[in-house]
Amino acid sequence: MNWAVITPLLIFLFIIFAVGFWSNKFVLKSNSFLEEYFLGERQMGGFILAMTMVATYGSASSFIGGPGVAYTKGLGWVLLAMAQLATGYFVLMVLGKKFAIVARQYKAITLIDFLKERYKSKAVVLISAASIIIFLFSSMTAQWIGGARLVESLTGLPYTYALLIFVGSVLIFVIVGGFRAVALTDAVQGVVMFMGTLILLVATIKAGGGIPKIISDLAAENPNLISPFGADRELTPAYVSSFWILVGVGVVGLPQITVRAMSYKNSKAMHSAIIIGTIVVGFIMLGMHLIGVFARPVIPGVKIGDTVMPMLTMKVLPPFVAGIVLAAPMAAIMSTVDALLILVSSAIVKDIYLNYIKPHASEGQIKKMSFSVTAIIGILVIFFALTPPDLIVWLNLFSFGGLESVFIWPVILGLYWRKGNKYGAITSMVLGMGSYILLDRLYPNAFGLHTVVVPVVLSLISFVVVSFATQQGTKAHSSF
Amino acid sequence: MDKRFKIAHREAWIGVILVVINFIWWYGFGYGLGSAKVEQYSYIFGLPAWFFYSCILGSIIMIVLVILAVKFLFKDVPFEDEEGDVK
Repeated sequence: MNWAVITPLLIFLFIIFAVGFWSNKFVLKSNSFLEEYFLGERQMGGFILAMTMVATYGSASSFIGGPGVAYTKGLGWVLLAMAQLATGYFVLMVLGKKFAIVARQYKAITLIDFLKERYKSKAVVLISAASIIIFLFSSMTAQWIGGARLVESLTGLPYTYALLIFVGSVLIFVIVGGFRAVALTDAVQGVVMFMGTLILLVATIKAGGGIPKIISDLAAENPNLISPFGADRELTPAYVSSFWILVGVGVVGLPQITVRAMSYKNSKAMHSAIIIGTIVVGFIMLGMHLIGVFARPVIPGVKIGDTVMPMLTMKVLPPFVAGIVLAAPMAAIMSTVDALLILVSSAIVKDIYLNYIKPHASEGQIKKMSFSVTAIIGILVIFFALTPPDLIVWLNLFSFGGLESVFIWPVILGLYWRKGNKYGAITSMVLGMGSYILLDRLYPNAFGLHTVVVPVVLSLISFVVVSFATQQGTKAHSSF
Repeated sequence: MDKRFKIAHREAWIGVILVVINFIWWYGFGYGLGSAKVEQYSYIFGLPAWFFYSCILGSIIMIVLVILAVKFLFKDVPFEDEEGDVK
């Protein structure tokens, strides 16, 4: 075991725990347990809000998967990754103040509360809850497997122990601290991600002999690596541009991001979060993917993309600093799974249990229910992650684009289009998810665009057409 | 209509306009300059010009535009009903 690398990781875990237990104080003394546990009493300031959005969004793929692909494909993949700059400002500007105000009027604590009040439809609630539970559960499992593999490769522990350490540490602070712990630890993790990116970028450029040297080495190996078209000229402009929907504007439809847009204190917090979020997400995405490309001359011949980032870190940095930098992907994974965990738990407790099973549960029952549901989900995920069933692996492939196709229009048109009604919403959710899964299986990347594009367009058209067709008998929504 | 919603709608449109500008800048420089033969690329700070303009300068410009939009176009509004103009 390499203690110089492990020590910073342990310090990092310790800080995370401290924050979790500190948040527990708020959970214990809050007058409104549900709002505190699942939404931090809408008290997030600008910095925390920005960091929790960036950290929730930035996952294993930003720190491990993405740089690995950039290593193989070259600068074209960095160009693609930069579509994510838009998430920094677009989500908060578009959902923005309207969502914050309406969510307060509806007293909504979860995204589904908002949809329930807006569309007054049991079907909308059940479809939303089912998609959140199924798809986020799978993607949580996948991220957890990624986290455990990382711990395994850094510490040399067997996979099972690595998984237990990783999952155990996330579970403890989420169960005791709720949303506030998630958001505060996200802030710490966001800072770690930012610093890790900065240190590794500088070290990689130095190790490669400066940017001009790195670029000419790349061009000498394969000129396409420094073109926007990818190593084999396979990245067409249409395909790369369609990622603006998947990882840019479509992020508005991801429930784990959307719920954060109801958690902030006031419009000042939102304003500074937009600025901080754009800077941080832009820097991390540009930095990490650029690191992936620059790694190529420094550690040539790596076959498995996922190993590029850890290998590079160990090679270009002294062990103790490497430990700090490797805390960044750990932070990225933890901050994604903690958000998913609390969200899945809120869908079960708040959206299903309290809506349909036991509407008049007492405060004490709700508390017990929330803690235990969160714990049970976490433990279930451990079992799934130990021997991942094919179904989970398969579902995870759809979770990002699938959830976007389900939620983007019911959320946006629900906010901004008075005539949108429940029939439109139900059709667009079913069609969005259905067509995403079908197209992915039968006809991926239709018209040279990423698979997500067609379902998003279909669900928009169906939402509008069906809403118009069913205007009679449903009143236009009153709170506009 | 709630007065605050007018402000909110305006700001949502600003978000959309910024994304459009971002996309055009990104696409224009990325594929405009990047489509030339690699041997004819020019370089800025060691990076190919298409990449520098599209991804580095583009990000900086977007960050500046976002800051300007928030500072000068976005308005503070209260979120709770009792403090604001109730419809």
